Amino acid sequence: MTILEDRPSNPAAGDHDRPIGHGRMQRKEDPRFVRGKGHYVDDIVLPGMLHGAILRAPVAHARLVSIDTTEALAHPKVLAVITGSDLQALGLAWAPTLSMDIQAVLVTDKVRFQGQEVAFVVAEDRYAARDALELIQVEYDVLSPVVDARKAMDPDAPIIRDDLEGRTDNHIFDWEAGNKAETDAVFASADVVVKQEIVYPRVHPAPMETCGAVADFDAVEGRLTLYETTQAPHAHRTLFAMVSGIPEHKIRVVSPDIGGGFGNKVGIYPGYILAVVGSIVTGKPVKWVEDRSENLMSTSFARDYIMQGEIAATRDGKILALRTNVLADHGAFNATAQPTKYPAGFFHIFTGSYDLAAAHCTVTGVYTNKAPGGVAYACSFRVTEAVYLVERMVDILARKLEMDPAELRLKNFIKKEQFPYPNKTGWEYDSGDYEPTMRLSMKMAGYDELRREQKEKRERGELMGIGISFFTETVGAGPRKDMDILGLGMADGAELRIHPTGKAVVRISVQSQGQGHETTFAQIVAEEIGIPPEDIDVVHGDTDQTPFGLGTYGSRSTPVSGAAVALVARKVREKARFIAAAMLETRPEDLEWEKGRWFVKGDPSVGKTIAEIAMGAHGTVALPEGIDGNLDAEVTYDPPNLTFPFGAYICVVDVDPGTGHVKVRRFIAVDDCGTRINPMIIEGQIHGGLTDGVGMALMEFIEFDAEGNCLGGSFMDYLIPTAMEVPDWETGFTVTPSPHHPIGAKGVGESATVGSPPAVVNAVVDALSPFGVVHMDMPCTPARVWEAMQGRTRPPV
Amino acid sequence: MQIPAPFDYVRASSVDNALALLDRHGPESRVVAGGHSLLPMMKLRLARPDWLIDINDLFELDYLLVDGPVLRIGAMTRHTTLLESDDVRRLFPIISDAERVIADPIVRNRGTIGGSLCQADPAEDLSTVCHVLEAVAVVRGPAGERMLSMADFHRGPYETAVAQNELLIEVRIPIRTGSASAYEKVERRVGDWAVAAAGASVTLAADGTISQVAVGLTAVGLDRNVTEVEAVLIGQAPTEALFVEAGLLASRSCDPLADQRGPVDYKRHLADELTRRVLRAACRRAAASASDTTTQEG
Repeated sequence: MTILEDRPSNPAAGDHDRPIGHGRMQRKEDPRFVRGKGHYVDDIVLPGMLHGAILRAPVAHARLVSIDTTEALAHPKVLAVITGSDLQALGLAWAPTLSMDIQAVLVTDKVRFQGQEVAFVVAEDRYAARDALELIQVEYDVLSPVVDARKAMDPDAPIIRDDLEGRTDNHIFDWEAGNKAETDAVFASADVVVKQEIVYPRVHPAPMETCGAVADFDAVEGRLTLYETTQAPHAHRTLFAMVSGIPEHKIRVVSPDIGGGFGNKVGIYPGYILAVVGSIVTGKPVKWVEDRSENLMSTSFARDYIMQGEIAATRDGKILALRTNVLADHGAFNATAQPTKYPAGFFHIFTGSYDLAAAHCTVTGVYTNKAPGGVAYACSFRVTEAVYLVERMVDILARKLEMDPAELRLKNFIKKEQFPYPNKTGWEYDSGDYEPTMRLSMKMAGYDELRREQKEKRERGELMGIGISFFTETVGAGPRKDMDILGLGMADGAELRIHPTGKAVVRISVQSQGQGHETTFAQIVAEEIGIPPEDIDVVHGDTDQTPFGLGTYGSRSTPVSGAAVALVARKVREKARFIAAAMLETRPEDLEWEKGRWFVKGDPSVGKTIAEIAMGAHGTVALPEGIDGNLDAEVTYDPPNLTFPFGAYICVVDVDPGTGHVKVRRFIAVDDCGTRINPMIIEGQIHGGLTDGVGMALMEFIEFDAEGNCLGGSFMDYLIPTAMEVPDWETGFTVTPSPHHPIGAKGVGESATVGSPPAVVNAVVDALSPFGVVHMDMPCTPARVWEAMQGRTRPPV
Repeated sequence: MQIPAPFDYVRASSVDNALALLDRHGPESRVVAGGHSLLPMMKLRLARPDWLIDINDLFELDYLLVDGPVLRIGAMTRHTTLLESDDVRRLFPIISDAERVIADPIVRNRGTIGGSLCQADPAEDLSTVCHVLEAVAVVRGPAGERMLSMADFHRGPYETAVAQNELLIEVRIPIRTGSASAYEKVERRVGDWAVAAAGASVTLAADGTISQVAVGLTAVGLDRNVTEVEAVLIGQAPTEALFVEAGLLASRSCDPLADQRGPVDYKRHLADELTRRVLRAACRRAAASASDTTTQEG
C-alpha cells in the first residue's frame, strides 16, 4: 500500500525541498482529487433525500397567464410542485440581490428572461423530477423583449421591471468617478485625441461543476443545514437568515469541495432557495443540481459592457488623460455582486498603469430581458473591463502616433518613486515597479527579434501579430471604511490551534474552489511558526467550523485571509514566547525566535520548539498571569487598503490570411503579485487565467437573437478553449511586496484573466494592421477576423 | 446532469440480432454506435427513442481491409482506427486529413464511420469524404444486402436511405492508381462543427493532366459533389489559374446559411479558398507519388 508520505517527490514541482513555510510544494489537497475522492455537493446523499428540478421559461419576456400542475402532481413519484403563487403566500416569491435589487425566486407576474425559474418539482429521484416538468402546463402571453442594451432607454422600450413601484424606464443607475471638468479641459488642449467604441461581450464563467444545493430542514429543531456550491458560505448564512426568518444560529451552511467558481458561485440563486422550500414543504432533505444548460442560461454571466473610450496625448507620446462612457447590460434583475458603494465594481481603475493628468468615467446600468449577473468570471469586480479598455486604447494611440506600443507604455508608466500612487479616480496604488517587469517580458519574448520576424513575414503576405498588455489590478476587498456587501464588512477571521503534540489546525473563512487554500494557508502558518505544512490542517467551508468572513472572490483570499492567517500565527508565536519563558524560567524579552523555536539570547542551545511549548501550554507548566493554558489564537483582519498586483503580457499570433483563423503561437506572462507563497500554485493560477483569456478573446460569447433566445446554452454553442487552442505558457515574475500586507503578498487568482484578453486582441489587431484594422471586438472568430480584413468590423452586440 | 426522456436499452450480439431487435421494437427504436450525436440529442430531449439498440459489441463490423481494387471499411470502425491506418494514409490521404480534424481524441476513440454517415449531419466530414471518393455503402436488412452509391445513400441533411429496419454495415472505396486526395476544414475551435470544409480527389494521367477529379464541400448547403469543376479541370494540366476557376465554381454552387459560425459571404469565400487549397494539395500529392512511388506523403 502506498501512503501519501510515500509519494515520490516531484523535482519539477520542487517539493523535494519540503519547504517549512513559503516555497514550491505539491498541493496537499490534490491526492483526493486525482484519486476521485473529492466530495462535491452532488456527492452528498442523505437518508430519505428527494430531488428537485426547475421548470424554466422558454421565452424572454411574457406575462404568466396560468400554471396547471395537476398532471405533474399525479406523477407517482412526485411529492410537491411549487409555483410562484405558493411562494407568494409564504412571502418568499422575491429575494434580495447582492445589489440592493430584488429577484424573482419563481415567476409570479412576468417572465423577464429566457431560462427564468417558473416552477419547482420535488420527486423521489432526479429522473422523475425532470420528467414531471413536462407535465406542467403553462400559458404565456408573449411580450416584445428588450435585447439590445443600446435600445433599453428608448422611449418606446417595453418596461421590464413593472414589479417595481413607479418604474417608467429600464434605467438602473448612473455612476461616475474622476473629475469631468479637469478631464475635459485636458482633452480640449491635447495635441492628439483618439476615440474608439470597445465592447466587452457577455461571457460566462462556466465552472466545471454546475451550481447545486442539498437542503435539510429539521422541523423539530428548527434547524437548516444547507450544502451549497458557494464561494461565500458565511455571507450566505446571514442572507438566508434575513430572507427565510430562520434564526442565524440555527443555520449551518456547508460548502464542500467546489469544482470551480470564477464568481459564478457568489450569489444566491433561486435553486438554492427552492431546495430549502422543498425541504420545508416535504420534511425531507432535497437535492437540486442544475444541468449545464441551466448553468449557462440562468446563472451569473460576466461583462456585457459597451465602452466609448477616448485617450488624449501629446504628439511625442505622453499620455495625458482618459475618459469613457459605459453602457452596462445588467440583465433582468440587478444582481451583480460587488461592494455596495460601487455599482460598476472597481471599473474606475481604468487609468491602468499610467501616470495621467486627468481621468473621468461614467457608467449607466440598464435592464434587459437577459439573465442577471455581471460580476463574475475572475474579473476582480470589473477590473477586467477596465484593463481591456485602457490597454486597447493605448494600442490605438500607439498606432495613431506611429509609436511602438511597448515604447509608448514604457514612456508613460507610473514611476517606482511615485508609489504609493494616488490615481485620478480615488485609488491609492500600494506598490509597483513597472519598468523591470515590462523589460523582463520583452527579454523573454525576444521582442525586437519578433518585430523583425513580423516585418519579414509582412513582406511575404503572412499575418503575424504581437500584442502587449500591461495591467494593474486592485484586489483584496476591502477596508471596512470603504466597502461592504449588503452591510457586511469585507473582513476575514482566522483561528489557529496548536494541539499538544505540536500539530495545528487553522480555520479560515474563505472557501477554495480550486485555488489551493489547504496548501497555501498551511504554508503561511508554517512560515510564521516553523512547523511543516504537512502538520497543519486547513479547515474551511463549514460555517459551524470556521470564523465569519466574506468568502473567496475578487482575488481576496490571500490579501485578506492570508493576512489574517499570518497575523493569527504571529499571535500564537508571541504567546509561545511567554510560555517558553515560563518553561525556561527566563523573561520573554530574553528569548529570540528562529523558525520553529524560541531560544535564550546568547545561548542557542537552550530553547523550546513550538511542539514542546504546545505540550507545555496544555501540561502543568506554571503559566504567567494572563496566559491561558493553550496555544490558540484568533483574529479578524480588516485590510487597510487593497493590493495592486500587476504584470506584463506579450502574445504572438499567426492569422491565416485565407480563412481568418487565429493561432496563438506564444504567450509570455510576467506577473508581480508581491511575495510568492507557493510559486507552483501561482503558476497554476496563471495558466488557468491565460487559458480563460484566450477563450474570451477568440471564441466565448453568449449571444441572443432578436427574440431574446439565448444562443449560448450548451457547450456545443458556448465555446471554451481546450489544450488544442493554447500554447505552452512562458511565465516569469518580479517581486514587489505590498507594503501594508503582513507578508507582502498581493492577490493573483484573477491577474491572468484580467490581463490576457487585451494582449490577444492587441496581437490580432496588430496582425491585421496591413488591412488598416485599428480595432476589432471579441470574440476574434475566423468569420469576424475575415470580416475585419474586408474592412467590415462589427460589434458583437 | 442532463437527463434524457425514459427509454429502454438492449445490446445487440450480432448484425442479425441487431436487425431482429430493430424489427421487434419498431419505429421508435434507434441504433447507437459511438453515441456522440445521439446521446447529446437525447440529453437535450431532442431525440426521444423508446428503445436504444447498442451495437458496440458488433466487433464483426470493426475492420479495415484492402481487398483487391477496394478498401472495405466496417461500419463500426472507429475514427482513431482510420486516423492511425497506414493503408488509409497511403491510399486516401483525404481520410487522414479529415480524421485529424474530427473532434478530439476522446471522440475519435468512440465515434464510428457508420455512425457519422448515418447521422448525415450537414457539418459531418466523412459524408463529404465518401462522396468525393465515390464510396459505396453496403446496407443490410431483412431482405438482404443492397449497395448504394453515396448519391443514393445520402438524401440530405440528417437523412439517409437506410430504412428503420436496416443497418449500414460496410463502406467500400474504390482504389485508383495515380490518384491522391486532400481535406481541409475551418472551425472556431477543435471539436466545434465545421464553419466550412472541402475535400478533393484527383487522378493524374501519365502525361500529368487531370484524368479524374471530385470536389466536395461540408457545412455549406451542398449534399453532392461540386460536379461543375469536372468540365473545367479534366484533361488539363493542374495550374493555379485552374484552381482559382474551380474555387469560384465551388463558391457559386453552394448554398450556405448564416449562423454563429459566420455570415453567408464568409462561407462562400471559404468554399472558394478551401477548394483551391485541397485541389492544390491533392495535385501536389498525386504528382509526388507519381514521381517517386517509394516515398509516401502523409
